[in-house]
Amino acid sequence: MGLMSSLYSAAVRMTRNPADAEDLVQETYLRAYRGYEGFEAGTNLKAWMYRILTNAYLNDYRKKQRRPAETHLGEVEDLYLYRRLGPAAGRLGRSVEDELAGLFVDHEVKQAVEDLPDHYRIPILLADVEGFAYKEIAEILDVPIGTVMSRLHRGRKQLQKQLYSFAERRRLLPDEEPAVVGSEAADED
Amino acid sequence: MANCCEDAQRDVHVYLDGEMAVEARTVIAVHLDECSCCCEAFDFEIRLRRVVARCCREEAPDTLRIRVVEAISARAEFR
Repeated sequence: MGLMSSLYSAAVRMTRNPADAEDLVQETYLRAYRGYEGFEAGTNLKAWMYRILTNAYLNDYRKKQRRPAETHLGEVEDLYLYRRLGPAAGRLGRSVEDELAGLFVDHEVKQAVEDLPDHYRIPILLADVEGFAYKEIAEILDVPIGTVMSRLHRGRKQLQKQLYSFAERRRLLPDEEPAVVGSEAADED
Repeated sequence: MANCCEDAQRDVHVYLDGEMAVEARTVIAVHLDECSCCCEAFDFEIRLRRVVARCCREEAPDTLRIRVVEAISARAEFR
């Protein structure tokens, strides 16, 4: 995927609106052309473009928006989805992949990502969609690496909780208690 | 749940991000080799990430490419 499509993908998930995403990408290229924030030869061009995009979104676009308060789902355990869906997938005799494909509709996955607050959504887009390293994300967002790690950790858990609530809403899930995942649980079988 | 399972599952995302120090990474790799439960859980996370990444990708419309080129050309003329 080319750089413009990558930037556009992130812009759509940030603004939640294709028309605004196009404006944001155009602004990003214009700022890059003007040498905004000084690009140094030898540094990562893609990361630099994402830095411009993210700043344009957070500092300009985001400030003009009036958005409802972002919801916080509270503490979520590790492997939230797997504990609920993984073992069920196994018992149904289907592969995890089939089960995942059947449980989530594309637009729901997009919605779940877009529902995340900015401080979780942007690191997740940078890490899980674009494959940036923690250090690169820290530079793009101008935050310490530890902050990137904790936002990714909490953001991914929130994303899983949201995905589960969509799946649950569609009544596709059997009523099951969350399974314990680990070798002792297996030993009891 | 065994301690080694708990440790591995706590670090699943850092491990999958490829951001662990070699020693810690090796401990998890060895554990995954012997624990099918954790292996399945890690596999689930990998597949979930793929689904999320695929759903989040969009192709930039051709009209956007044209707009950007025109906008930059317009700026270039002022120079």
